[in-house]
Amino acid sequence: MLGPAHTATDHRLGPVTQVPYGEGRAFEVAGEQIAVFRLRDDTLYALSAVCPHKGGPLADGQLDSTLLMCPLHQNTFELATGCSPTGAAPLRRYDVRVEDAEIVLTA
Amino acid sequence: MTATLTPPQRAGGGPDGRRRLVVVGNGMAGARAVEEILARGGAELFSITMFGDEPYGNYNRIMLSHVLSGEESHEDIFLNSLSWYEQNDITLHAGVRINRIDRFAKVVFSDDGQTTPYDQLIIATGSRSFMPPMDGLMGPGGLLPGVFAFRTIDDTRGMIDYATHDEHRQAVVIGGGLLGLEAARGLQSHGIDVTVIHSPKHLMNAQLGPEGGDILKQSMERLGIRIVCGTRTTAIWGPDKVRGVRLKDGTEMPCDLAVLTAGIRPNVEVALTSGFTVERAIVVDDAMRTVDDDDVYAVGECVQHRGEVYGLVAPLWEQAVVLADQITGADPTAAYMGSRTATKLKVAGVEVAAMGVQGPEKDTDEHIVFSEPRRGTFKSIVIRDDKIIGATLLGDSNKVAFLQQAFDRGLPLPEARVELMFDLGGPSAEVGVAELADDAQICNCNGVSKKAICDVVQAGCKTVTGVMDKTRAGKGCGSCKLLVAQVVEFAADGAVEEDPSVHYYVPGIALDKPTLMAAIRDQELRSPSAVFAALAPEGAEDAKSKMGLASLLKMMWGEDYVDEKDARFINDRVHANIQKDGTFSVVPQMRGGVTTPEQLRRIADVADKYEVPMVKLTGGQRIDLLGIRKEDLPGVWGDLGMPSGYAYGKSFRTVKTCVGQEFCRFGTGDSTKLGIELETRMQGMESPAKMKLAVSGCPRNCAESLVKDVGIVAIEGGRWELYIGGAAGAHIRKGDLLTTVDDAETAKLLTGRFLQYYRENAKWLERTYAFVPRVGLDHIKAVVVDDSEGIAERLDAEVQKHADTYVDPWTEGATPVEPGQFRTSLPLEVLPRVPADRATELLGGSW
Ligand code: SRM
Ligand SMILES: Cc1cc2nc3c(=O)[nH]c(=O)nc-3n(C[C@H](O)[C@H](O)[C@H](O)COP(=O)(O)OP(=O)(O)OC[C@H]3O[C@@H](n4cnc5c(N)ncnc54)[C@H](O)[C@@H]3O)c2cc1C
Ligand code: SF4
Ligand code: FES
Repeated sequence: MLGPAHTATDHRLGPVTQVPYGEGRAFEVAGEQIAVFRLRDDTLYALSAVCPHKGGPLADGQLDSTLLMCPLHQNTFELATGCSPTGAAPLRRYDVRVEDAEIVLTA
Repeated sequence: MTATLTPPQRAGGGPDGRRRLVVVGNGMAGARAVEEILARGGAELFSITMFGDEPYGNYNRIMLSHVLSGEESHEDIFLNSLSWYEQNDITLHAGVRINRIDRFAKVVFSDDGQTTPYDQLIIATGSRSFMPPMDGLMGPGGLLPGVFAFRTIDDTRGMIDYATHDEHRQAVVIGGGLLGLEAARGLQSHGIDVTVIHSPKHLMNAQLGPEGGDILKQSMERLGIRIVCGTRTTAIWGPDKVRGVRLKDGTEMPCDLAVLTAGIRPNVEVALTSGFTVERAIVVDDAMRTVDDDDVYAVGECVQHRGEVYGLVAPLWEQAVVLADQITGADPTAAYMGSRTATKLKVAGVEVAAMGVQGPEKDTDEHIVFSEPRRGTFKSIVIRDDKIIGATLLGDSNKVAFLQQAFDRGLPLPEARVELMFDLGGPSAEVGVAELADDAQICNCNGVSKKAICDVVQAGCKTVTGVMDKTRAGKGCGSCKLLVAQVVEFAADGAVEEDPSVHYYVPGIALDKPTLMAAIRDQELRSPSAVFAALAPEGAEDAKSKMGLASLLKMMWGEDYVDEKDARFINDRVHANIQKDGTFSVVPQMRGGVTTPEQLRRIADVADKYEVPMVKLTGGQRIDLLGIRKEDLPGVWGDLGMPSGYAYGKSFRTVKTCVGQEFCRFGTGDSTKLGIELETRMQGMESPAKMKLAVSGCPRNCAESLVKDVGIVAIEGGRWELYIGGAAGAHIRKGDLLTTVDDAETAKLLTGRFLQYYRENAKWLERTYAFVPRVGLDHIKAVVVDDSEGIAERLDAEVQKHADTYVDPWTEGATPVEPGQFRTSLPLEVLPRVPADRATELLGGSW
C-alpha cells in the first residue's frame, strides 16, 4: 500500500499517550499529514489525515473497533484498510506500531 | 442410469475443483447476475472474481439523480458493500479495468498487468455517456474542467462539488431526455441557474409525443428551468474551464458548468477487440450467451438481444435471472424473450410515466387523450385489440400502477375507457392489490413480483423494511414504495409488523429507550464503553451509537457519569462548532439576547487578537466568532471570560426574548427576565436533540415563540401561555398550547418539567416537533400539567439537580482534560479555508 519509488522508513512520533484511547491525533510525517488512532485495547492504526470527500480533519472523527467516521459528513473508513464502505475514495494506510511506549510509523 | 437434476459437471479449472467464473463489470447487471447465481447455489459451483473499473462496490446508479438533488446521500445508495463481496467469498478487483479477453487461452488481461484465467465469463460492462461531437469539449487532460457526464458516483460528486462552489452560478444541460431533466433539477437544488438544450423538437422525445413534450416543457419551466428545444450545441468555449456554449444558430450562452446527457453508448470495446460479434451492442442469444462462445455470457446495457438494446434496469433483472438459470444449470430451458419497458421521470413535482408506443400506429388503434396544459396534465392511452400498447401520463400518475399492469400483462380493459384515466368510483388501490395476479410486477426497477413479496411475508418476514431488504422491492427509484407496503399489508393480512430497529435508541444496541435505560440503571453502566461491553452484540463498539449513548448517560447519571471523550462528537470534545475547513466557531452565552458594552468590548478585543475572520449575529440572538483555530480555543475562552453558549451539541441552546413590558408599549409581561431565568436554569442541558426556547411579551410574538420547542407568550392579565413542539427550521410547525399559567414561576417550573419529560422519553435526535405529535398533546398535558403519572416531583427535582451541578465546559480550556485536546487536526493548507476578513469583504470596509 505504500507509494511508489521511495523507500519506507520508520519515524518515531513520541509517546503513545499523546493519543487518548478511542481517539486520533494528527502528525506531519515526511511531508504527509497522517492521523494515528488508538483503540481501547491499544491497537494503533494510521491513515491519511485528510478526508478525500471535502477535506475533513479525520483525527477529529469518531471510531469503533473497525470504522472511522469523518466529523464533517459522516463518511466512514475501515481502520485496517482505509477503504470506505460509504463510497468515499480510500485513505492511504500506514504501518504503525508501539516500541518502548513510543509510536513508530513507517512511511 | 438415474436421472439427475444436478447441473452438467464440467471439469473445474480452479484449485478446489470449482469452476472459475470471471465477471467483467461490477455494475448493476454484473452484481445482480452474481447474486442470482449465488441464490442458485453458485458458491459451490464457482469461485468468483469480479473486475470493475469504478473503485467501489456495486451501487444503485438510478439513485444518482437523488444524490445530485441532495435527497439521498451517496453513502446510502450502495447495493453491495465491500464486505458483501468478502462474505460471499468473491474476489473483487475494484478500480481495475479489463483490456482484453483471450477466448482461446481463456484468460482476461487487466490494466494492472495481471492475467486472470476463467472457465466461464460474464461481460457486464454497461454503457457510458455519449459525447456528442462539438468543438472545445476536450481539454488537455480529458474533458474540459466543468464539463461532466452523468453516469457514475464520481461524475455526480464532481458535479456537486462544482455546483456548490460559490462562483458557479449557471449550468447548461445538453440533452433533454430523462437523465438531462433529472440532472437539471438536481443542479437547481444547489442554487444553480439551469438551461436545458435539447436538439429534437420536444423534451423526452424517446418516450413522449409532441403534445406531451410541450406540456412537460411548461412544467419544467414552472420549476424555473429554462428549456431550449430544436437546436444543437456546437461548441463549448473555455479555454481553461468551461465558460459557455455556442448553439447552432450562433447564440452564445455563458455557463460555469456543462452536463452531457445526450444519450448513452454501450461499452463494447473489450468485446470488439476480443473478437465477439458486436452490432449496436454485444450480440447474445435467448440464453444470454454470446453467439461466439458458449462459455461467455453478457448481460445488461452492453448487450443486444433480438435487435434490442436496453437503457433501463428492469430488463437487466430479467436477463440476470435467465443467465443465472443457464450458467448454474438450475433451469436449462430458461430463455429471455425481451422486455416491455416503462419509464418514470424522477423529478419531484413533475410526474411523467411512459410505456410502449407514443401514439396510434394503425387505423384501427384506439387513442384516448386528455389534455389540460394549464395544470400540466396530459394523458394518452393507445389500445389495440382491446389491449394497452402504449400510455403516457403527465402531471397525475394516479393510474400508473393499473395501466402498467394492464400494459405488461395485457389485462382486459373496462368498457368505459374513461375509467382507464380517472378514478370513477372504480376499484380503490387496496382492492387493486388483492386483484393483482401473482406474477404482476410491483417493483419495476428491481423486477419484483407480487408473489415474490407475498412469499417473503409468508416465510415470516412481516415488516415492510424487512421485505424491502429481502426482495429489493422499492429499492430502485422508490416510486413503488407505497404499493410495496400495500402488498405486504395484503399478504400479512393486516398483521404487518414494524421493523424493530426503528425503535432502537441507538443503532448499535438492540434496545428501545425504556429498556436501554432500565438496563443501564440496573447494571449501573456509567460510561459508553461499559454500555457497549454489557449490551451490544458481542460487546462491539459502534461509532454511530456513541454520541447518543454519551448524551443519555450524562442525563441519567449527571455528575456520576464517566465522561469518555471519544464517545463525543468533536464539537462536544472541544465545546465549539466545527466548520467546513476544520476551524471552529465560538458562540459565548448571551442570555436572553441581552448583552453589555463591557461584553461587546471583550468580544471585539478577542476578535482582533485572534484575527477572527468573521463576527456575526446569529439567529439565536447572540454573537458568533467564526473561523477560530482549534489550538486557539482555550485562549479565546480565557480572554472572553464568558460562559459557553452551547451553539454546538444536542442540548439546550438559547432562549430568545423580546424587550417586553419594561420598554415596549404593548408588553404585558417581563419576557426578558423570564427568558434569562430559564436560560440560567437550563443552560447546557443534554438532550436527545436541540432545545430552543423563546419568550415574548405579548401575542405580537416578536421572539417567535410559536415556533420554538417551548415558547412562552405573555397575555393580558399577567398570565403566560406555554406552547410546545413548535419549529421553524427544516420543519415548520406551530407549537401546541400546553397550558396557560398565572405567573412566571409556574411557567418556569412547567417548562423544566416538560423538557425533562422530553429528555427521558424522546428518541435520539427526535426534536419536540416530532415528539409532541408522536406522544400526543393530551398525554403530555396529563403528565406535565395534571401529574397523571405522579412523576412531576421527580421531574422537577431532576431539573433542579441539573441547575445545581452545572459546570461551564469552557473552564476545561484552562486545564485541558486530555492530552492534545486542542491540538490541531488540520493540515490547513490543503483545506478550503474559510475566507479571511469575510466581514470586510461583505461590507466593503465601510459602515
Ligand atoms: C449560527 C447559526 C446561524 C446564524 O448565523 O445565525 C446556526 C448555525 C448552524 N445551525 Fe442552525 N443556526 C442558528 C440558528 C438556527 C435557528 C434559529 C433559532 O435558533 O432561533 C434554527 C431554526 C429553529 C429550530 O431549530 O427549530 C436553526 C435550525 C437548524 C437546523 C434544523 C433543525 C430541525 O430539526 O429543523 C439544523 C440541522 C440540525 O439540527 O440537524 C441546524 C444546524 C446548524 C449547524 C450547527 C450546522 C451543523 O450541523 O454543523 C450550523 C453551525 C454553523 C457553524 O459552522 O458554526 N440549524 N438554526 C444560528 C445559531 C443560533 C445560536 O445563537 O445558537
Ligand atoms: C443518473 C441515472 C439515473 C438513472 N435512472 C434510471 C431509472 O430511473 N430507471 C431505470 O430503469 N434506469 C435508470 N438508469 C439506468 C440504469 O442505471 C442502468 O440501466 C443500469 O445501471 C445498467 O446496468 P449495467 O450493469 O448494464 O451497467 P452499469 O451499471 O453501468 O455497470 C457497468 C460497470 O462496468 C464497468 N466497466 C465497464 N467496462 C469495464 C471494463 N472493461 N473492465 C472493468 N469494468 C468495466 C463500469 O465502470 C460500470 O461500473 C439511470 C442511470 C443513470 C446514470
Ligand atoms: S412582543 Fe410585545 S412586548 Fe415584545 S416587543 Fe413585541 S410588542 Fe413589544
Ligand atoms: S469531508 Fe469527510 S465526509 Fe465530507
